[in-house]
Amino acid sequence: MSGEAAIVVDVLYPDLLNLYGDRGNARALVRRCEARGIDAAVRRVDIGDEWDDAGCDIVLVGGGQDREQRRVEADLLRRGGQLRDWRDSGGVALAVCGGYQLFGRSYRGIDGEIMEGVGVFDMVTVHPGPSVSRCVGNVAALWEGETLVGFENHGGRSYLNAGQAALAEVVAGFGNNGGDGSEGARVGNCFGTYLHGAVLPNNPRLADRLISLALERRGGDGALAPLDDEAESRAHAEALHTALHRSEQGRLRSALQALRG
Amino acid sequence: MWAGKLTRRSTRLLGAGGTALPGLLAERLEPDLARGLAAQLEAAVLVTGTNGKTTTSAMLSRILTRAGRRVLHNRAGSNLMRGVLSSLIEAAGADGRLPAGLVGVFETDEAAFEEVAAAVRPQAVLFTNLMRDQLDRYGEIDAIAGRWGRALEGLDSSARVVLNIDDPLISTLERSASGPLVRFGINDTSAGTATEAELADALWDPESGDDFRYAHRFYAHLGHWHTAGGGRRPAPQVAVSEVAPGEEGMRFRLRIGESEALPVELPAEGLYSVYNALAAAAAASALGVGGETIAAALGEHRAAFGRQESLRVGGRKVRILLGKNPAGMNQALRTLQAEGARHHLLVILNDGIADGTDVSWIWDTDWEAQAGHCASLTLGGGRIAELALRLEYAGFPPARRPLSAEIGAALAQALEGLPRDAELVILPTYTGLIEVRGLLGRMPGASELWETA
Repeated sequence: MSGEAAIVVDVLYPDLLNLYGDRGNARALVRRCEARGIDAAVRRVDIGDEWDDAGCDIVLVGGGQDREQRRVEADLLRRGGQLRDWRDSGGVALAVCGGYQLFGRSYRGIDGEIMEGVGVFDMVTVHPGPSVSRCVGNVAALWEGETLVGFENHGGRSYLNAGQAALAEVVAGFGNNGGDGSEGARVGNCFGTYLHGAVLPNNPRLADRLISLALERRGGDGALAPLDDEAESRAHAEALHTALHRSEQGRLRSALQALRG
Repeated sequence: MWAGKLTRRSTRLLGAGGTALPGLLAERLEPDLARGLAAQLEAAVLVTGTNGKTTTSAMLSRILTRAGRRVLHNRAGSNLMRGVLSSLIEAAGADGRLPAGLVGVFETDEAAFEEVAAAVRPQAVLFTNLMRDQLDRYGEIDAIAGRWGRALEGLDSSARVVLNIDDPLISTLERSASGPLVRFGINDTSAGTATEAELADALWDPESGDDFRYAHRFYAHLGHWHTAGGGRRPAPQVAVSEVAPGEEGMRFRLRIGESEALPVELPAEGLYSVYNALAAAAAASALGVGGETIAAALGEHRAAFGRQESLRVGGRKVRILLGKNPAGMNQALRTLQAEGARHHLLVILNDGIADGTDVSWIWDTDWEAQAGHCASLTLGGGRIAELALRLEYAGFPPARRPLSAEIGAALAQALEGLPRDAELVILPTYTGLIEVRGLLGRMPGASELWETA
């Protein structure tokens, strides 16, 4: 490859937090780096491993069920200081769904038990209990004048504290909590989202943003050559159409139910 | 009673499929109907699990029929409470009685199992495997395991519990079982080996918290497992060994209890088919069928709807392999990955309720392993663009253009580009299967030359 610095992607707990195609995210970063002649490598960080943050450019953490979240909770908490330092020093991270919840301050699970999070995001997540429906479906959200698309499937509702910026604004779907229209969170170069799909292959601008920020942190200008994103654009448009169309159907259904009720 | 019968007739007259509707009404009108009808069965078996339900049920029905039993089964895919009920209503006479001596073999949806088991009071229950599948519909897989555990605790204590002990999530269900256990598994570690790219959904024992470790993994999380705390895959009573590709399908030896291992020529490809055959054999032996009958019946297996189904349409060879979750699709693909094999593929991805509205599972599927075994690629279905992106990532050759979400157009495109004497392999999700199978059936030359293998 060219003389560009290699980008190292560290995936936290790839066996435990990997629901919903999240492994596609590492693939997207590698593919988009390599297409530009930038070497890229993926490393795994499992329970008990020391995390070599000095050698890392982008942290990825994916989704998992409550029981997998509990399984990693203690090990992740051990890394709390390291991850908050990562955030404060401009480190790049993407946390999805279950991983996103654990990157907040706390998560009260389905059984009411509270899991402590690492507090990268100033946010709390609360599961309303087994009798309340999960937030499941296609999502479209507005992010910096563009759209983000994906699928969400989460029981917990996340609430951002004052001062914590959302990542995006929900156009269709539930997002953080189905109430305040916010989706995801962003602080510094750390991004959190409920979107899977996988999210990065379907949202190449977001993938490029992570790469660009990582290159900047390495002292580069972060400029990326454009790629032929025909397949990505089609997939994005299809997901966007699906999210908007289905949510319109959903709205009509609830309106009809309200009329009948 | 009559409500159900009449509804079935009227849905037939209306031309609807009519598999589920009569049950839906009858379920409301006669809540105890299923219980009353099922009680007249000589025996009932429920077959559940993430993958293999339909084919295992078909194999079990064939074995029982060969053993001289009269078998009643629900139709493929119609596996909720109302599907089971519909099949019972259909079998009942005008007096509301079932013919004597009927054995029910009911494929049962994972999430509906608890309810169906409570109504049907089966004499045997069979669990094939538990893997991630349609998480948008089923929720997390723990929830399924929990419901199965509760259902097992509610069974009659004489009910036989037939378990795939190579799946630790199934094997550990025996903690909730009170009835006699029939454990089945593959002993032969040369039968197959999981790849690095395959996901394991069973990582640790929920009871002890110990990680599941594997001396050998066949695929997904099926294999010879143990835990640091002394947990271990138990010995199977029904087992296969000497698994190898056969003339047309798989060849292996089947051992039931202490008897001599019998040779089986199974006309179905792949290790997942061997598991289906093994599961059916275990359930049949639990119902008292002898090994010779089981082995012979397995040799006469015919593919269930869209599951490795081969047909001829107007002189063209077509094979359909249903795939709807990562483990199932990986296994279907494995049958296409023989050394040097290259196939003409039509892949169809839909996102209807029956397919799972969340298509992210294609990112968990090991398409990379298939890319080098693809001679040509045609795509179809409502999420064709997502599929195109995934397969581009996996390194497939470019798909035929223009991309057409419409399945009829995609099928025509695939057949048009198919070299003479070549076979078209169709990989659809569930609703894609229904549609493409319907289209194939209506094509000229389809009726006289249907052939299943």
